Amino acid sequence: MPRRKDLQKILIIGSGPIVIGQACEFDYSGTQACKVLREDGFSVVLVNSNPATIMTDPEMADRTYIEPVTAETVAKVIAAERPQAILPTLGGQTALNVAVELHDRGVLREYKVEMIGANAEVIRKAEDRTLFKQAIERLGLQVPQSDHAHTLAEATAIRERLRLPLVIRPSFTLGGTGGGIAYNVEEFERIAARGLEASPIQEVLIEESVVGWKEYELETMRDAKDNAVIVCTIENFDPMGVHTGDSITVAPAQTLTDKEYQLMRDAALRIMNEIGVTTGGSNIQFAVHPADGRMVVIEMNPRVSRSSARASKATGFPIAKLAAKLAVGYTLDEIPNDITRNTPASFEPTIDYVVVKTPRGAF
Amino acid sequence: MAVAKLVLEDGTVFTGQAFGARVERAGEVVFNTSMTGYVEVLTDPSYRGQLVAMTYPLIGNTGVTPEDFESPRPQVEGFIVRECSRRVSNFRSTRDLAPWLEEAGVPGIEGIDTRALTRRLRETGSLMGVLSSNDLDDRSLVAKARRAPKMAGRDLVPEVTVPRPMQWTEGWTTAFRVDLPPPPRPLRVTALDYGAKQSILRYLVASSGSSVTVLPATSTAEEVLATRPDGVFLSNGPGDPAAVTYAIRCAKGLLGKVPIFGICLGHQILAHALGGKTYKLKFGHHGANHPVREETTGRVAITVQNHGFAVDADSLASTGLEVTHLNLNDGTVEGMRHRSLPVFSVQYHPEASAGPHDSLPLFQAFVDLMTDRSSAPALAR
Repeated sequence: MPRRKDLQKILIIGSGPIVIGQACEFDYSGTQACKVLREDGFSVVLVNSNPATIMTDPEMADRTYIEPVTAETVAKVIAAERPQAILPTLGGQTALNVAVELHDRGVLREYKVEMIGANAEVIRKAEDRTLFKQAIERLGLQVPQSDHAHTLAEATAIRERLRLPLVIRPSFTLGGTGGGIAYNVEEFERIAARGLEASPIQEVLIEESVVGWKEYELETMRDAKDNAVIVCTIENFDPMGVHTGDSITVAPAQTLTDKEYQLMRDAALRIMNEIGVTTGGSNIQFAVHPADGRMVVIEMNPRVSRSSARASKATGFPIAKLAAKLAVGYTLDEIPNDITRNTPASFEPTIDYVVVKTPRGAF
Repeated sequence: MAVAKLVLEDGTVFTGQAFGARVERAGEVVFNTSMTGYVEVLTDPSYRGQLVAMTYPLIGNTGVTPEDFESPRPQVEGFIVRECSRRVSNFRSTRDLAPWLEEAGVPGIEGIDTRALTRRLRETGSLMGVLSSNDLDDRSLVAKARRAPKMAGRDLVPEVTVPRPMQWTEGWTTAFRVDLPPPPRPLRVTALDYGAKQSILRYLVASSGSSVTVLPATSTAEEVLATRPDGVFLSNGPGDPAAVTYAIRCAKGLLGKVPIFGICLGHQILAHALGGKTYKLKFGHHGANHPVREETTGRVAITVQNHGFAVDADSLASTGLEVTHLNLNDGTVEGMRHRSLPVFSVQYHPEASAGPHDSLPLFQAFVDLMTDRSSAPALAR
């Protein structure tokens, strides 16, 4: 399927300032998207509040708005620019949240703006922990046992039912801000209270701890024709419980046999299908018990993630660039691989080296 | 650690350390690009006669997992890795890689530049080589590599086929099975064993709902038909398909009498049986990430491949065969079917062990072909 002809102007939402560190990962992805879409003849409108980015350089987009990345502002930009489509999958969590809000407020419908890459339903299914859990269980896969609390009393009831240590995750926050792991009752109550406050919808997920389990991430791409590839596997040297941002991570995965890896690969493809990611990249995380191999699905980001830039550089597979191309109608088998030039992008990179990322502490 | 050398027939010498058995072996040097699945690779009978180099640099991290064996023992002539990991982390591992290879009599070499080796093979094409930790004299080793029998014209099937007929009853018993839909009725599949991988037999059991009759590669068409099969499967295997004349003769005798499905060597034998030809690829396809496009739907599957020979597309003109699958890397034939007979085959490995499961539906296609012969023309369209 070639490029869509019905779209001329596309709005890209940047990530604004990033909370965890000052990551330039999303500038990389947004810049890639601006470049390929303009090369393809689209008019690109960009909203990003962060002027310290390449993507806000004047030559990157046709129109650049250095404005707060909020639904209010983006709605005004839509009213002024009247794009046919909005691409929210390259600006991290902020962009996804804003796009969903614009959808919920009816702004997208009012101005007939199509969400490309991932639509509101997909984003909700992946982000809402209840919907996500239901989707995973429909596939016969497992997630850590968990339940939601909206009050401290509900949280306590769940704590009594499950066993400490427990993980507390506030819904809809950046990088899980406000959450934590509780090893005792005192910690639990403190973190639960903090989490309820941090969540914009006053909701926390309390779940079975998988601390100490092996942690894996799969970077995936899917097109509108159902072609899907796993771009890269990543294994965290630090087990579950250490944030990926703070972990030593290794690509590709080191301690999975092929049988275990294929189980994970199949799961990832089915999850993409179930969540409904029609085009673009996503990142799916798994935990594996080191002694019995039990595999649980941790989460899925239906967008280019912070690991995507590293996975791109590690494998030579330009995830962000392809995500943009897939969003406007191309399929994986018709896009040439940038590195090899004579093979198509519907190719799972194989590498003959190991890529290691280590965190740098501010000592 | 003992010094080991890998010497190629073009005079290239790689010096590393020995692991596994301290014996000398000659063979065709090939590289495999799979990042996982070295246990499956080592035990795959199709690697007979070959010294296998892994392009992925760390091999052995998951130890030895017997559930993943493709045959009861390692089959490669020798194993070439950048680093043989002594630190194992996997819940299913029963032992370390090096002692297993040592016990099985398979020599290994590590600590060599496997990327340089791969580049050499890609430039010059397949080369014969010798792996030794006993003889370390370069001139002597080069001479041995040059004397080693070339793969073209070599029939290695007798080394790996079953000696006498047997019933294969095992489906998938581990947690790693992929469930295939049950057939409308149990089907009798007879497999001609040219060195079949066990995972193929398991999928045949799973998809046919019955045990599989496994016959020696030298069986005649009459012997095959005497098992009264609903379908005949032609397996994978090592060596040059053109040299396996008895198998080609047998396949010829089965055409039109029974549905046939071939994989890898079986696919090449089918091509010969119908009058087609095969040729030796420059350095072969050995890996788990080869994109293959199904020509009718345009869909792309990531496939597992292990072949040094390929079917010549031009030779199929008057055979009644048509190409159904193409390799997107080099455009070679990866699948074909007959326009009127219930016959189809793939060059790649739908059982995908090791590798992705994208092509498992082909086992289902074989069941469809066996249960409804009239669907053959539909399949061919």
